[in-house]
Amino acid sequence: MSMAILALALWLGLWALNVWLATGPLSDRIWARMAVPLLFGITLLVLWEIAVRALAVPLVILPPPSQIGARFGASLPVLWGDFVQTILRGGLTGYAIGCGAAFLTAIAVDRFVFLQRGLLPLASFMAALPIVGTAPILVMWFGFDWQSKAAVVVVMVFFPMLVNTVAGLAETSAMQRDLMRSWGAGYWQGLVKLRLPAAMPFIFNGLKICTTLALIGAIVAEFFGSPTLGLGFRITTSVGQLALDMVWAAILVAALAGTGFYGLVALIERGVTFWHPSQRG
Amino acid sequence: MSRAGPILVLVAGLFALWYAAAVPMNIREALTAAERDGAAVQPATAVERRDANALGLVLANPGQIPEAWAQDRPRLPAPHQVAGELWQSVVMEEVEGRRGLVRSGSLSNRGLLLHAWITLSATALGFAIGAVAGIALAIGIVHSKTMEKSVMPWAIVSQTVPIVALAPMIVVVLYSVGLQGLLPKAIISAYLSFFPVVVGMVKGLRAPDAMQTDLMRTWDASGWQVLTRLRLPASLPYLFASLKIAVAAALVGAIVGELPVQGGGLGARMLAGSYYGQTAQIWAALLLAAALAAVLVAAIGAMQRLALRRMGGAA
Repeated sequence: MSMAILALALWLGLWALNVWLATGPLSDRIWARMAVPLLFGITLLVLWEIAVRALAVPLVILPPPSQIGARFGASLPVLWGDFVQTILRGGLTGYAIGCGAAFLTAIAVDRFVFLQRGLLPLASFMAALPIVGTAPILVMWFGFDWQSKAAVVVVMVFFPMLVNTVAGLAETSAMQRDLMRSWGAGYWQGLVKLRLPAAMPFIFNGLKICTTLALIGAIVAEFFGSPTLGLGFRITTSVGQLALDMVWAAILVAALAGTGFYGLVALIERGVTFWHPSQRG
Repeated sequence: MSRAGPILVLVAGLFALWYAAAVPMNIREALTAAERDGAAVQPATAVERRDANALGLVLANPGQIPEAWAQDRPRLPAPHQVAGELWQSVVMEEVEGRRGLVRSGSLSNRGLLLHAWITLSATALGFAIGAVAGIALAIGIVHSKTMEKSVMPWAIVSQTVPIVALAPMIVVVLYSVGLQGLLPKAIISAYLSFFPVVVGMVKGLRAPDAMQTDLMRTWDASGWQVLTRLRLPASLPYLFASLKIAVAAALVGAIVGELPVQGGGLGARMLAGSYYGQTAQIWAALLLAAALAAVLVAAIGAMQRLALRRMGGAA
């Protein structure tokens, strides 16, 4: 009971602090803007810890964050091996191949009206399909190692990236294209100097969507068979051993990798599309 | 050229490519089977064939190409084999099977329809939870600056976390507290589908411009009235656009959620197919899932047209 009151008091106190930070006189400062979501996250973590301890939740159901942190720190070498296997080998390779292939296809689609009419409806249809379902097939074809994971990622990121890039290439207005032509620019000059830069916000939108998809693909593919390392393997085997703190530690790695990957792409986007209104606000 | 022309040409091309690819993919198994039956095949022994190029094997044994499209457990089943498997597991199993609809009065657990139904119900429940939670969160975000600043960054971070990594654990944990069946899968579906709804709804609820909100204020409208009479109607086009994305995501969530539990569903069907080398079964489940996705998205589209027409909108 006292724990519940403590939790409630903590929640109200931190929420009041957050309200003050978000709407009070300091709300324009950069650090205040950063602190608000951070405080919210800390509140949730503390409440989680209190709830697990107060209700005496068994470890096999939900371990407290402190224990997950301890397990994370204690098994860094194992988790690093999983990270390299799943994220760097499977995820990143597939991401690079898939996004690159989609980019080249998008330029071909943009060049030929026939492909635009035929391939584009198919691609937007495919982009909505549950493509993770191809994972068992691709694992069967490419074996258990990271190559099959990269293949799943390629298939998963291809269509969203294609749809976004094609939409971006259609972004310039007729006036702008006419201006390029009046300056005697050929197709390739118009593409490189006008339309690709104009397409960059869309391309980066696709790249950002694909970061998450790449990690999902790499991890799910491991559920269908993997060597004895990798995040998906770690999660499934640790669930089997009821070592839930290890599962959460692996999830923490996936979360950190996902956020870091997304942040990296967003950072590159800020450098490349510095001129776009959404980056200047 | 009509609008359907290029699509048909490309689909036909895809099928041709599929048939062509099935030949080198399956030629080894086809040759082994032919050798066992006593036919003369080009490198005569399996040892010699093991190191040979698949394309070279096809060129050396053109007579075995039809065999490559008729394997029992092909690495890549030909389209007609997948279609046959679909027909067999969707229609024939219910009509003729011992446990089928006709003889037992309920859907056969060996047919695909029951599994599709399981997946569909998990998808629908998860989609409903996700959509309601997303709309509620969006309303909160639009009305409270503190909530926007604290929750929005975490909503974004939550989507960079590969949630499906959590899927087996969510299922196991909920099972241990006595929850099983649809709900664990639905929670995964809901997690994947709430984010597009939040983003679309926040944009939609903010769509009315200052002039319109000022007008509401001159009429002395309360916050609730502004919400129900102005913001919600204005957000409908955005809502439907994001619901289409959300329903596709919910289906993915349900399929992934079915991988760790052997309780049936299209995901469990795919996993069983991959365990037993029944490739045609995986492809059939995959195609049915694709059809399901298409139907769900089309249903949302139909609702959208209906709702916008009732409102006298521009659709």
